Order: sequence, then C-alpha cells, then structure tokens
Amino acid sequence: MNASGPTSPPLPETAAVAAPTRRSALAQFCHRYALLFAWAVTIAIFAAVEPESFLQVQNFTSIFNSQAVLVVLTCSLVTTLTSSEYDLSAASVLSLSAMLIAVLNAQLGVPVGWAILAALAAGIFVGTVNGLLIVVVGIESIIATLGVGSFVSGITLWVSHSNLISGISNTLVRLVIVPQFFGISLGFVYALGIATALWYFLTYTPLGRQLLFVGRGRRVARLSGLPVGRLRFGALVAGSFLAAIAGVLYAGTSASADPNSGDSFMLPAFAAAFLGSTTIVPGRFNAWGSFAAVYFLVTGIYGLSLMGIQVFIQNLFYGGALVIAVALSILVRRSETREPDIAKEGN
Amino acid sequence: MPETTAATPILEARHFSKRFGGTLALDDVGLTIEAGTVHGLVGHNGSGKSTLIKILAGYHAPEPGAELSIDGNPVRLPLAPGRFRSLGMAFVHQDPGLVASLSVVENLRIGAIAQRRLSPIAWRDEIRHCEALLREFGLACEPTAPVETLRPWQRPMLAIIRAVDETRALLRQSGRQRGLLVLDEPTSSLADSNVGQLFEVIRRVQTAGFGVLFVSHDLDEILALTERVTVLRDGRVAGSGATKEFTREDLVRLIVGHDIPPASETPRAAPRHAEHLTEVHGLAGPGLRGVDFSVAPGEILGVSGLIGSGFAEIGPMLIGALPAWQGRMRLGTYTIDLSTITPAAAIAAGVCYVPGERLREGCIGELTVAENVGLPVLGRFFRGGWLHRRALLSHARAQVMRFGVRPPEPTLALEALSGGNQQKVLLAKWLQLQPSLLVLQEPTQGVDVGAREQIFAMIRAFAARGGSVLCLSGDHEQLATLCSRVLIFRRGRAVRELAGPEVTKERIAHECFGTDIPSAA
Repeated sequence: MNASGPTSPPLPETAAVAAPTRRSALAQFCHRYALLFAWAVTIAIFAAVEPESFLQVQNFTSIFNSQAVLVVLTCSLVTTLTSSEYDLSAASVLSLSAMLIAVLNAQLGVPVGWAILAALAAGIFVGTVNGLLIVVVGIESIIATLGVGSFVSGITLWVSHSNLISGISNTLVRLVIVPQFFGISLGFVYALGIATALWYFLTYTPLGRQLLFVGRGRRVARLSGLPVGRLRFGALVAGSFLAAIAGVLYAGTSASADPNSGDSFMLPAFAAAFLGSTTIVPGRFNAWGSFAAVYFLVTGIYGLSLMGIQVFIQNLFYGGALVIAVALSILVRRSETREPDIAKEGN
Repeated sequence: MPETTAATPILEARHFSKRFGGTLALDDVGLTIEAGTVHGLVGHNGSGKSTLIKILAGYHAPEPGAELSIDGNPVRLPLAPGRFRSLGMAFVHQDPGLVASLSVVENLRIGAIAQRRLSPIAWRDEIRHCEALLREFGLACEPTAPVETLRPWQRPMLAIIRAVDETRALLRQSGRQRGLLVLDEPTSSLADSNVGQLFEVIRRVQTAGFGVLFVSHDLDEILALTERVTVLRDGRVAGSGATKEFTREDLVRLIVGHDIPPASETPRAAPRHAEHLTEVHGLAGPGLRGVDFSVAPGEILGVSGLIGSGFAEIGPMLIGALPAWQGRMRLGTYTIDLSTITPAAAIAAGVCYVPGERLREGCIGELTVAENVGLPVLGRFFRGGWLHRRALLSHARAQVMRFGVRPPEPTLALEALSGGNQQKVLLAKWLQLQPSLLVLQEPTQGVDVGAREQIFAMIRAFAARGGSVLCLSGDHEQLATLCSRVLIFRRGRAVRELAGPEVTKERIAHECFGTDIPSAA
C-alpha cells in the first residue's frame, strides 16, 4: 500500500486541496508584498522620529542614486543563484572592472569607452574561467569562485599597486552619477533597466524558465532534455558580466577606484538577493524582489545613520538581514509543504 | 532465566503480526533459527519479509500477542530501536554502509573508535586486530587500503565481518557467546560469479557459532547456502523446513502461490509491421548484456525481472541517462547509436522517458503544475520575444483537465498533489509531445488504486493512437493488466518472452524466479 496518496474518491480530495488554496489567497498577497509594507513602515518610522532630516527629497534621490551599483551586483547574484551556483567572485570582478577603467583611463590615457569595453571583457573572461572550473572540471561553485575571487582581487591589487586611483574621465561621471532630471541620475536608470531586463529574462523567456529548472533539479532538467551544462556555464558568464557592469557604475559614481571597494558590496548583495527571494515572487530569486530589498536595506541604514548611530550598524544590518531572510524563506517553505522535509532533502 | 543449551534456538519468534492501515502485512508468522545454521527467508515483494526484519530491528512494533526469545531468553516486545545490538543481533543491509574513501581498518573499527571519545587510538593494535579478523574470515585485503579499492564483492564481506566483530564485543560484555546475523539481500548488487566468496565468509560466520538469517530473492543462492528455509507469501508462512527437502520448483510454487499458471482467456496480440517497429539491437551496459527487442505501434511491451536482473536499466539507457556501452535503436527510418545518445537527442527523436522516482528525476515538486507541464514545450509559447504565459497556463490547464488531474488547478505546486495525480501530470508532460516511443518506469509506484486505473487508461489511449509503449515494472499484476507481451530478464539478459495467454501475473512471477516449467502455449 502506498502511504502518501489518499485513497479517497476524487471529489473529497478536490475539496481538501481547493479549500486551503482559496483561504491562502490573502495570505499569498500579504506574503508577496510584505517587504514593501515593511519598507513603507520603515520610512514612516524614520519620518516620525527624524522629520526634519529624513523627509527630504534630496535624501531619497541620494539613496536612489548611490545604490545603483548594489542593484546591478545583486542582479548578477540573482542570475547565478537561480542556476543554484554561488558566485563569491562577483564582488572581486566589480573591483577589477572599476580598477581597469581607472588604470586604463586615468593613468594610461585610454579613452573611457575603450576602458569600459576592456572592463566588461575582463568580466566575461572571469565568468568563463568560473564556468570551466565549475561546469567542465566539476568543482563546487562556492569553492571555485572563492579561489577565483581571491585571485582576481590579487590582480586588482597588483595593477593598482594597492593604491586608490582617481581622475577617471568626467564623461563617465556625468553618464552615471550627476543628477539629470528631478535629481535622478542616469546610474539609477541603468540599474532600473538591468533589473527590468533580468525580470524579462527570468519571466518571459524560455531560457529563464529552463535556468530555473536547472537550479531546482539538475537531474530532472537533464532528463527533460535541457542542455544543463551550457545553461550553467551561461549563467556564470552572465553573472560575471553583470558584476563588471556594476564595476563600471562604481567607477562612474566615485570617479575613482579603490582596490578593496568591492568587498563591502559582497554581503549587502547576498542579503538583498536572499531577502528579495522572499517577496514579489516568493520562493524564487527575482529581479524586483531584489530591487526592493536593496532599497529597503539602504533606507534602514540611512535612517539609522541620520539618528547618529555609528558605521558598524551597516554590518549588523546586512549580516542580520541575510540570516533572517534565509531563515524566513526556509520557515515559510516548511509551513507551506505538509510535512517538514528538511530531513527528506538531506537524503 | 531458562537454561541455555546447544539445542536452544538462537531466535524464536511466534505470532508476529503487523497491520498497516487496512492491510495485514504480517499475519501470525513464526520463525525459528538454530544456532550455527544459515536460515533462508524468501518471498515476493510485499510478502512481509522486510516487515518481519524491521520488527526484529525495532523499527516496527508488532501487534499484541507476538512473542520473541533470543538464545532461550524471552524478550519484551516491541524492541526499542537499537536494542537488537545488546541482544546479540546484527544487520547487514543491501547497502553495506561503508565509507569508500576511508581505509578498511577505519571502516571496520568505526563503532569502537566512535565510543572511545577522549582516549587515543592505538592504530597498531587496531591494525593487528583487523588483520586477525580478515584472516579468520578469509578476506584478502590490506587493512590500510581504502575501501574504494576493494572489489565489489569484498565490500559486503567487510560489512559482514564488521557486524560480527561488533556483535562479539557486545556479547563479551554481557557474558554470552552466540549471536545472530541478519543479511538483507546482501548479494543483489553482485554479479553471480563472485557470490561464492561471500558465501565462504558466511560459512565462517556460521562456524564461529552465529545463526544467520539470509534474506534473498535468488533461489539458487538459497538452495546453495542455507540449511533451512522459510517462505513468506501475503504475510503468512507459506512453507518452512530443511532446504534439502525442497526443490527449486517447490520454492517457486510456495512463493507465487499457484501450481501451474492459468492462461488468460483473450490473446491480445497487436499487428506488427516491420517498417513501423521501434527496434533495439545489442543494448549492453552496466548490468545489461546484449539485449534485443522491438515494439510495434500500438503495442504495450512489458519488461520485468527481479531486482538486479538489469531490466530497470533499460529505460535510463534508452535516453542516455545511464551510459550504455553499445547498442542501436531504430525508430522508423533512422537509427540512433545508444552509446552516445543524450536525453535531448532522444526526445528530439520521439522517445520520452517517465522515470520511476517522480520527484527526484521526473519533475520539481516546489514548482507549479503548469511550469512542470510546460517545460518541454516552452518554445511553442515564445513568440515575438515574449513567453506567452497566459497561453501556457491555459495549455497546461487543458492538459490537466484532459488527463483528469485532481484538483485541475495548474497553479498549484506539484508537491501539493497526491502521488497518483503527480504521475498523471508527469505523463501529461510527455504525452503532449506525441512521442513515438514512451518508456515508463514503474508507472504506478506510490499511486493510489483509483488513480492507477486512470493512468492505465492514459497509457492505453496513447497506444490506441498508434504510440509504442515500453513498460518497465516489477509489478506483475500491472504488467498482466496492461501488456500484450512481456520480456523477462535474468542476470542481464532477456531470457523469456511471454505473449498472449501466457501473460498472467503468476506466469510472470514464475519466469522472474526462473523455473523451467513446460511452456503453456
């Protein structure tokens, strides 16, 4: 006898499953937009506590403009995480990309357009190395990208002689951070565009859907005839490419490159990607969820810093958010499935 | 405490019953194992063998009224999990439970080392102890060699030696001498030529004073190794006695429960036109040696055998999920090399495979029904740069309605459905491609009775529209219901083909166990 399937006639079975579906429609709605409510509540609290300094249009535009880099880096992680790979080298690629622009443009006098192309090519190259190590050789992604990330950091320190390099062409700065309309800079527009493209890719292309299957069950995907190796390879290359774009935006934002700058983006990007996977499309890494998560986290940090709380709050906030986001998604999943399947998945 | 003599059985079980829901898995079963003997336990899947063993291991509680004596001492039931150890019992399962990358001595002494906690490990003593054990039981290998370098048949030997060693240590503590070793299908993953060495180890365990309960599907092994044998059928003891009093045919009769397989009334042979056949030639790979067969359009060909006979490997090999060494498949006008085939190429050629392990290989439980159904046809709904999600959803809804999936709601997560409905979704996922060959592996595993009939109807309807079906199954009743022809596998080969009136549950079972009864046709 099988223990899992009910042997009841079809009719009661239908009722049994359909009823909770209807009941959970509201719960589902709350679940989808919980992060947006939380964001609104955060804004309301800070507005009440610090009405003079917090509720300034200038604050909001500054928050929007400054976080374009983080949004794009988070999009890079969403791409790789969807295929179930951890790309720990993304932040190092960001630093390398920014540093290549600084060295080529500010020190060697290469036109900024060519410097950007070189930076993006470097991103694709690192992604290809990741792909070779992970897909072809078969190293666990978390190990391969940890090693590659450290290697890339080394190169960044080498080409910069461990110095901050400033003096990047004003063209790039104007194209990224200088406010253009209503205080919004082009950098934010690029980030919005990339998030939109990622949303389109994951939702409206067969490739995005196939990547989801590869991430959820490699064996199922393979038996369904998907080119699993190529999809994973592609996700890794695309992830590094997006990280390189984030590096270009970083170079434009600060008009300089610091060899260690990428490190401070690593944890916030993972926190935003995981927090984002609990909202908008709960249970999946998704573009708009991550977008909202980036700004939710930044709003919190910005507000707290206005209240005079010190810099360490950033580490507490991002670290806490990462762990809480992952814990939440596991708890939600456990309550949705009928039995706790943590043990089952371990086997 | 009663006096223990040499004649006292090492294990005496009486009135063992076990009920699961409405079914009686074990019905008043008794089992007596003498010390120093090997006792065979045989029976079909679902005959109650594993239930009996799980009661002894303390995994299931028997119904009230059961009695158990170990070495003459009555034991209170149910046993607490793990209690069997202190009673002098040891279990070796089909999976020997060895860590392949660690050495023989580490694997052998892992239990003793785990209990040691803080005191240092004297490796030289451990190795000496290990060498003595290997010598005693005739296993020729280095104590420091990693287990992964052992030959396949040496691994269960090592697991048996470890079980005996650990049991001895515990018996020494309690001042007793005699133990019981339960071997649960230890040979099912081995090729027959090497089973002899394993038997030698079992003989030595027996000489060391242990009683051995040897559970196996394989009647040759039972006849060669055991002194006594017990046959279970439908939860009852169908027969028990000294092995030499039974012939092979007697045992099969006891296992299957019928004397001469009755013929079914209506022969169901499909017309065969050579040019439309799907033909497989010379398929060979791990566990499979040179298999040929063909399936006609509209035919449902059944394939069966015992566990380890190789029949279950055909499905994965036909679509490249398991590498085949060689073989060709001809589908209509073109031929595919099976040694290089990939799932994508197989699907493109019109071969679809529905695996037995639904949630591990067939579909993703946490994704929705629509997403799972839509996966192979995403390309059809991608027009003008957009995936037409609403069209995809209504396509999935139509598929789900067509095949009677309940509830017919494609936005539900697949894992929210019952096993039977998950299987219908999986069939819908592949049937929408209108394949020319549908390969099914255990199509009604974990499926409730009602859904089972609906799944049969789906398969029959597909065949009636001219599709070819290959159904790989250990469920003989299902094969008898569905198939017009059944191939029987033994030891990697198709040894028998049953057709028309020969296709009965009993006849399939007889052939799987491999007796030579005169053909009924």
